[in-house]
Amino acid sequence: MADVRIAGLQKYYGAVHALKGIDLHVGEGEFAIFVGPSGCGKSTLLRTIAGLEQLDGGTIAIGGQIVNDMRPRDRNIAMVFQNYALYPYLTVYDNVAFGLRARKVVEPEIKRRVDEAAAMLGIGPLLQRYPRQLSGGQRQRVAIGRAIVRQAQLFLFDEPLSNLDAKLRDEMRGEIKRLHREIATTMIYVTHDQVEAMTLADKIVLLRDGRIEQLGAPLDLFERPATGFVAGFLGSPSINLIPARLVARGNGAAIALATGETLALPPGRTEALAGKAERQVILGIRPQHISRAIGGKMPSGVARVSAKADLIQPTGTRTFVTSHVGGVAVTVELGAHDVGAQGSAVDYAVDLNRSILIDPETDKVL
Amino acid sequence: MSFGYSRRRGGGRLLLRYVLASAVTVIFLFPVYWLFMISFKTADEIYHVPPVWYPSQLQLGSYLVLFRDGDVLAILNSFIVAGVSSLLAMIFGTFCAYSLARFRTGGEHLAMWIISQRMIPPIAIVFPIFLIYVHFGWVDTYFGLILLYTAFNLPYVIWMMRGYIADIPLELEESALVDGCTRWQTLWKVVFPMARSGLMATAVFTFVFAWNDFIFALILTRTEVITFPVQLTHYFGGQSNFWSKIAAMSVLGTLPIFVAVTIMQRYLVRGISLGAVKG
Repeated sequence: MADVRIAGLQKYYGAVHALKGIDLHVGEGEFAIFVGPSGCGKSTLLRTIAGLEQLDGGTIAIGGQIVNDMRPRDRNIAMVFQNYALYPYLTVYDNVAFGLRARKVVEPEIKRRVDEAAAMLGIGPLLQRYPRQLSGGQRQRVAIGRAIVRQAQLFLFDEPLSNLDAKLRDEMRGEIKRLHREIATTMIYVTHDQVEAMTLADKIVLLRDGRIEQLGAPLDLFERPATGFVAGFLGSPSINLIPARLVARGNGAAIALATGETLALPPGRTEALAGKAERQVILGIRPQHISRAIGGKMPSGVARVSAKADLIQPTGTRTFVTSHVGGVAVTVELGAHDVGAQGSAVDYAVDLNRSILIDPETDKVL
Repeated sequence: MSFGYSRRRGGGRLLLRYVLASAVTVIFLFPVYWLFMISFKTADEIYHVPPVWYPSQLQLGSYLVLFRDGDVLAILNSFIVAGVSSLLAMIFGTFCAYSLARFRTGGEHLAMWIISQRMIPPIAIVFPIFLIYVHFGWVDTYFGLILLYTAFNLPYVIWMMRGYIADIPLELEESALVDGCTRWQTLWKVVFPMARSGLMATAVFTFVFAWNDFIFALILTRTEVITFPVQLTHYFGGQSNFWSKIAAMSVLGTLPIFVAVTIMQRYLVRGISLGAVKG
């Protein structure tokens, strides 16, 4: 088990500046997830940690030792690849044992470790088969088994579940989480799937365009995003972003929508926003924080907005309703029976205590 | 009723196919058969009109003459020259191909330039090579022929192996590197096993090229390292052709290729299609 400390990491691919100064610490035993849209540099960062890419500036230290010029094999890491990277000409047993043989571990010890990993992953009966005889989920288990037997100080996962169907992906996600608890090794995991990031991570590292946009615990990022980008990336359905204007109203501040409604901000928020009135903002509000308005009086910080249910999408447990608020389509998550027919009028209670305001120019959360 | 009818018709079609296939097979195999038969015939039978379809007895005189006079050394020479040059071309060529495929050595154009070397008609360069060889004293030596065949086969090996190696998923090598292999170990444990069919197919083709080459061997050898195709020409005389020797020598020269291709047929078919179809 080891920590990973990255400082000022730079990486170029020719003229493309892929990583623009990454500073990051992943603690011992931590499960860190690199997440972000395609091309954000998350896989490059992982591959640089593995030593499969050369870095062009900065340092990477694993377990306190700088590994910049170390070959991948000397870094004592194990890596699981997106396409499993199983050797088609070797049996499952030999695939799992491959790394141990490369390191000249004695056969009885190899057998012990392979059997142990096979038991942990439920692939014992498959050991004498060849990869082509396995399903996608089984192949991924074998790939993970190959990493486990290495007993490396750091585990790297490069989008390991993206080739699996939805059901298997849910199952394997649980498996990986369980695995992390059982072997308690530092793990770094790359995904573009925000659900994987939220459910697995101790620490999410959200990358955008070669930089870390924000890092922290999943719920921190979800509830207190630093930028509109982070707010928009995490959460499903994604956060509603409504262009609006910040205006003074009485002692406090309010949000004026393009369609004319004015929503009073809760007292707690007004102080922070003092002196910022009469500026353009983007109101960010999650579908879960808009509910059906019940009764006449709204609690503090909750604003009433009337709209029409343009589109209703029931999922069984929750129903997603699309309405037009402030001139844009807004998604609302309601209870299964909270809304009538399509096109009917509906009163929403918008919980501005949970809302965020984003500066449209800098994308920063105010 | 209709079932029985169509079945009968289906059976008839099948029979027709077999008849046609057999006819084609006979046409194609007949020259080979004839070659073998001539090598076992007496001189009288060879020139007999109408032709004798099979010899009255399998007499091995033609072969014995080849062994007695030392003509079979030409086969041995061919083996040495073709075998060693193929081995060298495969070793150097595969490493070059790996470098081109994985490290993009020389960019896109180097690979193209290399294969263009193979397009040169041998006859266009054989005389300059002859003059150079005379200068260095390499004419009629194993070294001379091996060097030439290695050089001539290298572009082919590089080109073919580059394709096969590029088709190996990079992740397999990266996984091996992370798991504890050096670059060399990765070659042995991942690249070669993955490219095995391609290696076999390419090796057979390089061997066959060197084995069958006539023009280089004709001009660059005199008496010492005469290869089998050149030896064969010695039996075509001004007054007469030694058909029995030609046939026996041809059989001896064909058998090794026949055996090699049969053994490697499995790899050959897979190897050829491996390069053709990406996937």
